[in-house]
Amino acid sequence: MSQKITIEPVTRVEGHGKVTIHLDDNNNVTESRFHIVEFRGFERFVQGRPYWEAPVLVQRLCGICPVSHHLAAAKALDMLVGAGTGDGLTPTGEKMRRLMHFGQIFQSHALHFFHLVSPDLLFGIDADPAIRNVIGVVLEHKDLAVQGVMMRKFGQEIIRATAGKKIHGTGAIPGGINKHLSPEDKEAFLNGPDPLNIDQMLAWSQGVLDFFKDYYSKNKSFIDEFASFPSNHLSLVRKDGALDLYHGVLRAVDSEGNKILNDVDYQDYEQYIEEEVRSWSYMKFPYLKSLGKEKGWYRVGPLARLNTCEFIPSPLAQAEFEQYKALTNGKPNNSCLHFHYARLIELLHSAEMMKELLNDPDLMEGELVTKGSKAYKGIGLLEAPRGTLFHHYEINELDQITKANLIVSTTNNNEPMNQSVNSVAHSWMDGKLEITEPMMNAVEVAIRAYDPCLSCATHALGKMPLEVSLYDANNKLIDRKRS
Amino acid sequence: MQILIYGYGNPGRQDDGLGIALVDRLEEWASEKELVGFEFENNYQLNIEDSEAISNKDLVIFADASEEEIDDFCLSVVDGKGKLSFTTHSASPGYIVKLCKELFQKEPHVLLLHIKGYEWEFREGISDRAKENLDKAFVYMKKVLEHPEIALESKEELKTC
Repeated sequence: MSQKITIEPVTRVEGHGKVTIHLDDNNNVTESRFHIVEFRGFERFVQGRPYWEAPVLVQRLCGICPVSHHLAAAKALDMLVGAGTGDGLTPTGEKMRRLMHFGQIFQSHALHFFHLVSPDLLFGIDADPAIRNVIGVVLEHKDLAVQGVMMRKFGQEIIRATAGKKIHGTGAIPGGINKHLSPEDKEAFLNGPDPLNIDQMLAWSQGVLDFFKDYYSKNKSFIDEFASFPSNHLSLVRKDGALDLYHGVLRAVDSEGNKILNDVDYQDYEQYIEEEVRSWSYMKFPYLKSLGKEKGWYRVGPLARLNTCEFIPSPLAQAEFEQYKALTNGKPNNSCLHFHYARLIELLHSAEMMKELLNDPDLMEGELVTKGSKAYKGIGLLEAPRGTLFHHYEINELDQITKANLIVSTTNNNEPMNQSVNSVAHSWMDGKLEITEPMMNAVEVAIRAYDPCLSCATHALGKMPLEVSLYDANNKLIDRKRS
Repeated sequence: MQILIYGYGNPGRQDDGLGIALVDRLEEWASEKELVGFEFENNYQLNIEDSEAISNKDLVIFADASEEEIDDFCLSVVDGKGKLSFTTHSASPGYIVKLCKELFQKEPHVLLLHIKGYEWEFREGISDRAKENLDKAFVYMKKVLEHPEIALESKEELKTC
């Protein structure tokens, strides 16, 4: 008798996701799907609003990564005010935005690793969930947990100092930024009492990377093989091939490293990327037009970024990048759990870049805004913590937004997350009649590697637990578990 | 005595901004009254670093919008039994208290103010019905801030859920 397993989150507001896994008569997995019921109302909501409101309005999308939306919208609006496509801002404008962005990346990556991933690594994904949680980490590895909290706090403080405030920050404006970095903030970030200073953040970033590498050396097959499958990878890269999280050209490589999208201007993204609609999910499935729906899907995020870039422009992260690339002989890394390794290299890079920027005099003085001639279409991309984020706006003569299209990182990773769930389902659920907690956690481990923001993808906010349900061939519920 | 009043929610989602709206009003009022010992904070949601923020406080009152079946507003004691959700992008007050205790060995007295909301769409502005609840909560919370022993000692005047 064939069956269906469903994993379904419960949310506070509209939008939710679920996983369904179909079993055949022998209880082997035949198909699995990661559905995200996306609410697309935001694009309609901004229509008719003055374009300059967009960087603040978009923060309504999500309380998790408002800075990423704020900056991507501001980059799109740079085009509308004729300030260029990321290269045209004043040094102060661009560097303040970059500092804000690195603060966001830093706090997001720290939160994800210390408080989401480390319980699985420290205790094992099949460990008793009563222990396998962040409180378990606190009890047995308190130093790690404290570091996670303080690194997150440091990143949040960087955001406050550059964006202005935590709620609906206004730092990035069309054509630039609205303030300099204050001398007091600069001094505190550079030389504040331990642990909240940049040197401590650098040391901890290196420390957590060493922790992961030690774990990897002892658990190589697990990290290499769990939910591993070949895929394409897409991200922005700097024009010279360097990792660049704020601005660059669009590059995609296949699973062997061949360029399949060769450093194109992201203002032309519609020429290269299409979004497929599937009947069973409101969230779209982006793909490269040149390869078609079946072969054109790609991963985004830390794993993809370290597969597309050629080097990292900061010395400590570059040294780690060289070790990391050696694992796959310079070829793209297609292992799902290497997202974590890549994320920690980016964490270190972010710390290095924050230190460099904090010492840059351009943040303390200089012109804030660039002005130019009005345009009617603006597209802003950046590498958000979870991957490439697209903001596209068009306006009319009255400066009202007439069109908005957002492709968030989690949407870009839609098909890869489905592939990952499918891989885990086959490995863990073939032949099983009952959902066990380790089985459910294995599915979550695979999804968690992408650090999905269902809040962004569904345009909901906050609660995102999973529910797993098992159905027989007649869609009769025979088991259900909630995380 | 150090007291933190912390509102959270998304003011871009109508009544989800109730907690923040309340804290903004209380902060303005406390400033006019020149009350000392208070700290006011707002954010989209609670997160792990808030465990450090509450660690040096005697009393913490979180304020959040609520979908629960309550009349207008009420307070509950936060006992440190909250759990983290699947993606851990937000945390419950109970989880923050638990984390504070485990990480920093501090146990401030923590209450959660629930303010009843009704509408959660993509727009700013509290709904008319929720505004009435906000006004009532504001009047009540002014009294609590002037006499924090009401909250600290869970006196009879405390409007519990």
